[in-house]
Amino acid sequence: MNDPVAWSGDIIELQGVTRRFPGVVALEAVDLAIRRGEVHVLVGQNGAGKSTLVKLLCGIHPVSEGHILYEGAPFAPRTTLESMRAGIRVVHQELNLLPFLSVAENVFFEHLPRRFGLVDLRRLHQRTEEALLEVGLSVSPRTRVEELGVAQMQLVEIAKALTGQSKVLILDEPTATLTPREIGRLFEILRRLRARGVTIIYISHRLQEVFDIGDRITVLRNGRKIETLRTSEARVPQIVKLMVGKEMGEEYPFRPEVSQGAEVLRVDDLRHRGSPHPVSFSVRAGELLGVAGLVGAGRTETMRALFGADPRPSGRIFRNGREVHIRRPRDAVQAGICLLTEDRKAQGVILDMPCYANVTLTNLARVSRGGLLQAAAERSSTQSLVEDLSIKTPSIHQLVRNLSGGNQQKLVIAKWLFRQAEVLIFDEPTRGIDVGARYEIYMLLWRLAEQGKGIIIVSSDLPEIMGVCHRILVFSNGRVTGEVQRSEFSQEKILSLAYQEFLRSPAGAAYSAAAPAV
Amino acid sequence: MRTRQILNLLLREAGIGLALVFLLILFGVFAPRFGSAANFTNILVQISINTVISVGMTFAILLGGIDLSVGSVLALATVVGGLVITHESFSVPTAIVLSLLASMAVGMACGLFNGWVSERWKVHSFIVTLGMLNIARGAALQVSHSRTIFSFPPAFNAVGTMMVGYGWFQLPVIFLIAAAAVLAGRFVLARTVFGRLIYAIGNNEEAVRLSGHNPSRYKVAAFTVTGAMVGLAAIMYMMRLNIASPILGVGFELNAIAAVVIGGTSMSGGKGSMIGTFLGACIMGVLSNGLLLLGMGDFARQMVTGFIIVLAVIIDKDRARAVVALTSYEPTHAEPAPAAPT
Repeated sequence: MNDPVAWSGDIIELQGVTRRFPGVVALEAVDLAIRRGEVHVLVGQNGAGKSTLVKLLCGIHPVSEGHILYEGAPFAPRTTLESMRAGIRVVHQELNLLPFLSVAENVFFEHLPRRFGLVDLRRLHQRTEEALLEVGLSVSPRTRVEELGVAQMQLVEIAKALTGQSKVLILDEPTATLTPREIGRLFEILRRLRARGVTIIYISHRLQEVFDIGDRITVLRNGRKIETLRTSEARVPQIVKLMVGKEMGEEYPFRPEVSQGAEVLRVDDLRHRGSPHPVSFSVRAGELLGVAGLVGAGRTETMRALFGADPRPSGRIFRNGREVHIRRPRDAVQAGICLLTEDRKAQGVILDMPCYANVTLTNLARVSRGGLLQAAAERSSTQSLVEDLSIKTPSIHQLVRNLSGGNQQKLVIAKWLFRQAEVLIFDEPTRGIDVGARYEIYMLLWRLAEQGKGIIIVSSDLPEIMGVCHRILVFSNGRVTGEVQRSEFSQEKILSLAYQEFLRSPAGAAYSAAAPAV
Repeated sequence: MRTRQILNLLLREAGIGLALVFLLILFGVFAPRFGSAANFTNILVQISINTVISVGMTFAILLGGIDLSVGSVLALATVVGGLVITHESFSVPTAIVLSLLASMAVGMACGLFNGWVSERWKVHSFIVTLGMLNIARGAALQVSHSRTIFSFPPAFNAVGTMMVGYGWFQLPVIFLIAAAAVLAGRFVLARTVFGRLIYAIGNNEEAVRLSGHNPSRYKVAAFTVTGAMVGLAAIMYMMRLNIASPILGVGFELNAIAAVVIGGTSMSGGKGSMIGTFLGACIMGVLSNGLLLLGMGDFARQMVTGFIIVLAVIIDKDRARAVVALTSYEPTHAEPAPAAPT
């Protein structure tokens, strides 16, 4: 708008865009206009067509029917490069950085400054510093990307996306791995970009933040555009209803009638490698214990050490009052403790094996005799778990890769139910899972609690653990800074506990792994 | 269920099976004497040893590993077996039994070493077995004083050249041993807890560990199985050639890897099958034999075999990509929308 030469109407316009894949219509007759310089949010459940839409814009797939107009002209990119040259840049959910190269090399990977045919390092580092300044990231351009935290990598991706003459920046679930503070920082950057005239297309599952950042919201469902709303005129329940297509109940279920029993797990003075601070906590049968804290506060590390996945320099673990010796995951599993890791795809499931093989993996002895697998027993016990947890899959022979995120998570739960685990530790149980499926997961957690299992939920989504947990343990910079009962839950209280140790020790120097990202 | 499994198996192996049938027809038409019973016997004998080694190699590759030492270990196992069997202090039956045990023990010990070292110090099996390739070869030359060992008991060789069957239908015993190894390997992979864990570890070792298993144990065991197959192959070699020599088996690792790869097993582990490996070994054997009968020289045959290996992998990759494209694109969309929470 401030550039008279540039097209001043809608920067992107979709006219009756349809995209088919074998057997599936991913997008159907979508009409959508994106205004120049707005933050346009796309919401919808998994499979609603958000990612497909992005892939059409960035040249990964061609449209099957209909047209895309870009700055008023027909636009049909055949490769991502074409779309990039036109000024459309995408920051994908899975980061596409090269871990062993430096930040600078990553940021300018596509057009390294050259001198006599060699890379001009001085200019490269200088320009990278400028680019990093713009996104508010203070690391040396020489740092290797693998040494960065996830939030920092995200900012590197954004810096990279802004190096060309970007007119449209597409962010696919950028906050999935960020803490509230980092999200705040990201939004500041996005607002600055918007002020400069960059159009932002923003995809997210977190509805709250959609209202913080978005100018307009478009809801997709089953490949169709349902509605585009101005953020100022929309409300969360309305959006959820449009996404699900039905009225939703409460967002977070809490069932006060579920009674708590004896203590099923106690952890005394546990330290994980790299932390000088011992932590202690316990969980009772039927209890949902939340674990809050910033990314890098030591929550995941503590749980992994407890489970025996990583070394544990000190700490005693008691199950039902009896001490158990856990040196490796095998010991924990035998003691009835299980860990549902945050990275489902890399650690929770075996993507290229069928559902039944994933479920029975935790207890092959139960479906075998003398080392021989009993196919019938395997199939029938998987089948009953799949039905019990209403996992949506055409059959138990389906590869896990083909299941949606929510159903993969349920399958991970199924595999631990098959082991009859008594203490279930969930690390970010709903990351990357859409609203409808999230609710089902919460209900499932409650069902487990009702059966007398002890449940620990590590989550960066504060409303989530405040909504479903009895009690919240707050980690800060490697220590447990507080334990809050449900009656005293408040965002301010938990957040101040979460920041406590980071504010006290300068830049978190005491605890190496945990410097708050960015 | 049963028919579905068979159908599934056919579909999965169909590509390689079709290639084999195609080759058989091609050579049957163009290569003189290719279709004769004598020639078929010949092919079966020729592929037997590679088949057995490939069965072992499949275990290593399914884990995402590899065993480069099979050829050298085979030589060492024959030499040790040969020294035992020709030792004057044993009676013939004792010598034969001890020799069989010795060859198997050598193979398994080498495999155990490969697996243990690579797990204990987390070194890729490529490196460890590259070391073993030299160690075993050197050891074979050392213990045999770099001499060929011969004059085995006649009974030994008699088994190696025996044919069994009914009427005109006769199969070499050596091939039956190979076929038994394939079936046993298939049974272990498809039906046992051990086999399931091999696939699982090859796909995602960390997930297996976090599910409460100790992957190292199974990996060491799998390499020991590979070694055992090499020991068996060594015995078959001695039976057939009636000699043991420290210079046997050079390059065998490459033939075995080729058979496994042509058979559709993924070099990154977790995907593949024993039947595929067997078909891969058949293709290698048929190709070599058919081209020879067409009058092609050794050098040219080697080149063609090389091209076929690369071609097989390319085709397999395309097939995998096609399957993925057809089955897994935005699959959540094909499902019904999540049920409304109540």
